[in-house]
Order: sequence, then C-alpha cells, then structure tokens
Amino acid sequence: MEKLMLLGDEALAQGALDAGISGFYGYPGTPSTEIIEYVQKSQQAIENAVHRRWSSNEKTAMETALGMSYAGKRTMVTMKHVGLNVAADPFMNSAMTGSNGGLLVVVADDPSMHSSQNEQDSRFYGHFAMIPILEPSNQQECYDMAFYGFELSEKHHIPVMIRLTTRLSHSRSGVTRREILPQNEMKQPDDLLQFMLLPAIARRKYKSLIARQADFMAESAQSPFNQVQLQAKDYSKGIITTGLGYNYLQEAFGADGIPYPTIKVCQYPPPVQQIHQLYELCDSLYFIEEGMPILEELAKGFAFKGQKPIHGRLDGTLERDGELNPNKVAAALGLPKQYGQDIPEIVAPRPPALCVGCPHADSFIALNKAIEEYGRGHVFGDIGCYTLGFMPPYNAINSCVDMGASITMAKGAADSGLFPSIAVIGDSTFTHSGMTGLLDCIYDKSNVVIIILDNSTTAMTGGQDYTAFGKLEDICRGLGVEPEHIRTFFPFVKNHEEMTRIYKEEIAYEGVSVIIPRRECVQTMKKKFKAEAKK
Amino acid sequence: MKKDIILAGVGGQGILTIATILGHAALKRGWQLKQAEVHGMSQRGGDVQSHLRLSDTAIHSDLITMGDADMILSVEPMEALRYLPYLHSEGWIITNSNPFKNIPNYPAEDKLFSEIRKIRNHVLFDADAIAKEIKAPRSMNIVVLGAAIKHLGFSEAEIAQAISTIFAKKGDKIVQDNLRALKAGIDTKE
Repeated sequence: MEKLMLLGDEALAQGALDAGISGFYGYPGTPSTEIIEYVQKSQQAIENAVHRRWSSNEKTAMETALGMSYAGKRTMVTMKHVGLNVAADPFMNSAMTGSNGGLLVVVADDPSMHSSQNEQDSRFYGHFAMIPILEPSNQQECYDMAFYGFELSEKHHIPVMIRLTTRLSHSRSGVTRREILPQNEMKQPDDLLQFMLLPAIARRKYKSLIARQADFMAESAQSPFNQVQLQAKDYSKGIITTGLGYNYLQEAFGADGIPYPTIKVCQYPPPVQQIHQLYELCDSLYFIEEGMPILEELAKGFAFKGQKPIHGRLDGTLERDGELNPNKVAAALGLPKQYGQDIPEIVAPRPPALCVGCPHADSFIALNKAIEEYGRGHVFGDIGCYTLGFMPPYNAINSCVDMGASITMAKGAADSGLFPSIAVIGDSTFTHSGMTGLLDCIYDKSNVVIIILDNSTTAMTGGQDYTAFGKLEDICRGLGVEPEHIRTFFPFVKNHEEMTRIYKEEIAYEGVSVIIPRRECVQTMKKKFKAEAKK
Repeated sequence: MKKDIILAGVGGQGILTIATILGHAALKRGWQLKQAEVHGMSQRGGDVQSHLRLSDTAIHSDLITMGDADMILSVEPMEALRYLPYLHSEGWIITNSNPFKNIPNYPAEDKLFSEIRKIRNHVLFDADAIAKEIKAPRSMNIVVLGAAIKHLGFSEAEIAQAISTIFAKKGDKIVQDNLRALKAGIDTKE
C-alpha cells in the first residue's frame, strides 16, 4: 500500500478512523489542532458519520467523549497540554469510572513553549490518574497506537492517554495504513454502576484501579512499542529515553549505532523491571526525556538513591527546561560539539504580530486613547491573537494567564478598587471559559468593562468555528447584562472617535458593561475570497 | 545520500509549498523524508522555518542537527542568516534578496547582503523581480526553489513533474506559472 505523508497529528487521526472510531471531541489548541481539522476534511469520516465538530472547551469535550464511551463506541478527545487543566475534573474521574467503548485522551504538549504559557508534561497527569500512557516517537507509531490504544482501553476498561509533543505533532513523514475496522455497535456498560461515583461505589472503584496497576505494568513489560536493547558494546552508560529523545539519540550516533544499552519507553506505567535490569548492567544511568524529568525523578527518588550516578535534567546534564534536539542529546553523552556559525548581530528578532488590517488593532488603538488619562495597568488580557496587543506599538494589555482569566481577574481587581478595570477576551475564548466569569461579575454588579473582540472565528489556531457564533449579545443579555450596556461597533480606522467615545461611556458606568467590537478576521476573509474565486 | 534543508521565511511566504514539492520529488525516487513544520502563534507574521530531511536511508530525527544542514533555502534575506548555526561549512545559502519589512528595526540591506556574501556557497538574487518579469508574481517561492535544485542534485524534469502533480487541482494556469518560475529560477545567475 502506498504510504501517506502525514503530520504526527494527522497520522493519529487516520489511525483512529481506520480503527473504527465513532467520534472525535476537542477544542483547538496548538499543537493538537490538526487532529480534528484532518478529520473534518476526511471523506472517510464524512461517509461514516464520525463526529468531528468542535466542542465549547476541553472539559465539555472530555465529558462528551466519556458519554460516547459509556455507549460502547470508540472515541477520542483532543487538546493541548494546558487544555487538560480545563478538562482535569472529568479526566481524573474517568480513571475511576473506566471506559466501555475504547477511550483515548490525546494531549499534545508544547515543550519550549512555541505557542503556550507553560511546558507542563501531561505524563504527570497520566501518572496522577493512574492510567496507561502511550507516547509515540514517530508518525507510524502515532498511527499504530490508535489501534493499540483502543484495544488496550477496551481490554482493561480504562481510558488511555496518548501524549504527543510539538515536533511530532507538526512533523510529516510516511505512514503505512492497515485494514479498516468497523465501528462498534452501541452497547451500554454491562455494569450499570460503572459510571456511578457516589462515595461508597467510588471507594470500591479506586481499590480496583489500584489493583489493576499490576496489569497495566504487565502490559508495558510486553508492549510492542517499548524497545529494550540490553546487549551493547559499552556498559559505562545505560540510557533510558522517551518520545523524540530516542530519535535524537539515534541521530547522534548515526550509522555506528548506539554503543550503550538503551530502553526506549513508549508505554507507561514504565517497565520498571527492565529498568532495574539496565541499572544492574551499567555503571551509570542517563535519562533523556522529551519534557519534564518524570522517570528520572522516580528513579532518583526511590529506587537507586546514593548508588550509581544518575544523569539527566535534574543534575544539569541536560537543560532542565526546553525541548530536546539532536545537539543537546549528543552533548549530554559527551559527543563532540557540532555547530555551523553564529548568527550575525544585525539579524533582528521577528516576533509574531497582529496582521495588517486586523480588527483587533483598531480596537486597541481606540481603547488606549480612551484610558490614556488613567495611566497603564488597567487591562487584563486573555489567550488568543489579541494577546499580541501586548506588543508595540499597542502595549495594550497587562496580563495573559489562562482561558477566561481576563474577566475574572478584572473582577478581582475591581473588587479591590482598581478603576477602570477592563477585560479583553476573544469571541471563541469567551465561549470556552468566559461566560461563568461574566455571571460572577453580574451577580456582584462589579464595576468592570468586558470587551469581547468578535472576529467571528478561533483565529490564533487557524480559523476554526466555535459554538457560540452569532449568539454573543443573546448570551450576555441572558446572563443578565443590562441591554443598554451591551454595545457593539465596527472596529475600523475611520470609526476610532466613535469607538473611543463608547469605551469612555461604559467606563463611566458603574456596573457591568460589555462592548463587542465586531469585524471578521482578515485571514478567514481572505480564505473565503479565495474559495469564492475558485468557484 | 542525504539532503538536510532548512527552509526559511516569514509566515505566509510559501515555504511549505517548497517543502511539499521537494518531498514529492524525493518520494518519487523512493527516498524517505521527514519534514518539521511551524504552526501556531509564529505564523502571525513571525519568522518561520521548516526542517526538511531527505535521504535514501532511514531518517531518525525530525530536526536537523546544528552544523549538518546542506542548504538554507530562504525566501527572505534576513531570515536566511537566522539559521547559520545549522549550516555546515560546505553548505549553500540560496535566498531571495527582497526584504519583508514588518519590524521597525529591520537592518540595512547592504549589511545583510554582505553577511550573506561571506558564506562561500551562496546565491543571492531578487526572486520577486524575476517572478514579476515572467508575469507570475505569486510564484516567487518557486523561483527560489529553481535556483536551488542543481545544488540539491534534482533535475528540472523531476521538479517539474512534482509541480505539475501538486498544482494540478488549482488549474492549468497556475501549473504553467509555476513551471515558468521554476525555469526562470534555474536560469538565474547572481
């Protein structure tokens, strides 16, 4: 069969489609977005009526996938690493309920923070929830792990996490497909108490989860994906590596092959017995993990303290933060340093910026004008393209924490007496996590101005649709914002004066105001024009 | 035989199309490939790069090792210099000379050009001007690709075949524009 050239994200999506999945759920977030985008374009998904629309946020997505699993079908929920914080409640509890139809929780981490606020490692969440984790190191494994993950999940009635990282999610390579499996029939769980986490039942279920750890460990010990190579030329070092770390290790030694005994961990809980064997064989251990040093900490903290040296991110052999690359891995193992030449000093940084013609730019210019008299430090930002309003020439926002935090932080600051206290949030982010915060403001009649920048799309991740499209005013009215304090305008150069006036009027109002600047994203407009021209 | 190529530019300048074409030609030969792309925040007018690795043997890493790249293929002159730590001493820089200025502190062009000329193997030329001249202004990226292919060991026929396949669904005019751009790039002399 001809190989498909797929991103890691796409390979996983195609694998799930071929493995008989019935529904994908998720909220866009770099580097996970391309999984569901791929499915939305897939003829195979359309013909088989596979669910593929976006959810309001990661929590609703996780819960919906759990419901699909309850009904016996194979399902996947996708998110970026910080999205798992939003979905953490249903995620942790799904380990307690377990699954019926195969349930894969796909989390794409972003070490080095290419497009994120932090670089938390989702393997900690998997470990915390005590469920199996699969971590592919190439595109073919992404594809194959969808099949394997569903089987594992259904065999043990447990959700399985698949952990990706940016460089795998967004790198393309050849993938060979397998025979397509049919979807599962709808079938309720055999035990109708399975999803009932009342304390008395939950206690029982937790004991069962603990008891099954041995089974999960046994699966890891014989996993087709973990690679254990204990025969080697040189036993001065033993290497334990995860994810892309293995590729860089192979790259570092090239055609000669890795001289040291090596374990590549692709399935968790980690194969502890084999790691012990490796330890016995070698003079020292090196941990090369893409992400945080979870295995290194486990090894250092309990098993081998004070004996043979253990090297990795904790002792500075590898940098404590940031993603791996072939050079870092080679240097950690004492191989000669390789480098081209320095970047000439005249090369200037080119940070991302709002696009030419972006409606947010007009909204920020008029806002800056309206609050000039109060000095800086009054505007709470959120997660999206408009976070770039932090950059010059706008310098317009003073915080960026998590999805929805603009509204609630503005409220907390207003409660403390900050005036004016202003939140800037995008339309899709408002849908994701802004509505409940707005309700808190209304409940307390907090003195805040909430600006919902409506560009009619989820722009930062490339223009996905969202669930509250076209309903923003209705939602605000429904939550209880007074209709005369819901204002909209068209953010455009020649309207700046009117925009500034509206901002000022609502700042002067002592209570909750919502201002909605509304103009479509220039990128999605361009796409539409192109599509029209094609017709 | 392996070719490690850093493709460089600014978000939206079409470097992924170059990667797709080279990848297609490599696969046609039965080679393997890995191609790391940049998605997300940087695409908004920031610097973007793609690591394209082509080889007739197994490729392990998705990222190119610093000091190992055979070529920096750039559609923007300052971006060509940003990846010098990756280029090996015999490697080539092939770059468009037409700057994309979306930052206030963009350096003086003559200084940029003199830095590029310090690299022994370089091709520095105005690909935008050539693309306009042949009435295919949106095919600047393919002009740059044209200037690169002989240093990568690909023939015009191989790349032309890839272009015809990849652009087929966009219609014959686009295919022809890009084939002209390829030819013009191949004929370039700095």
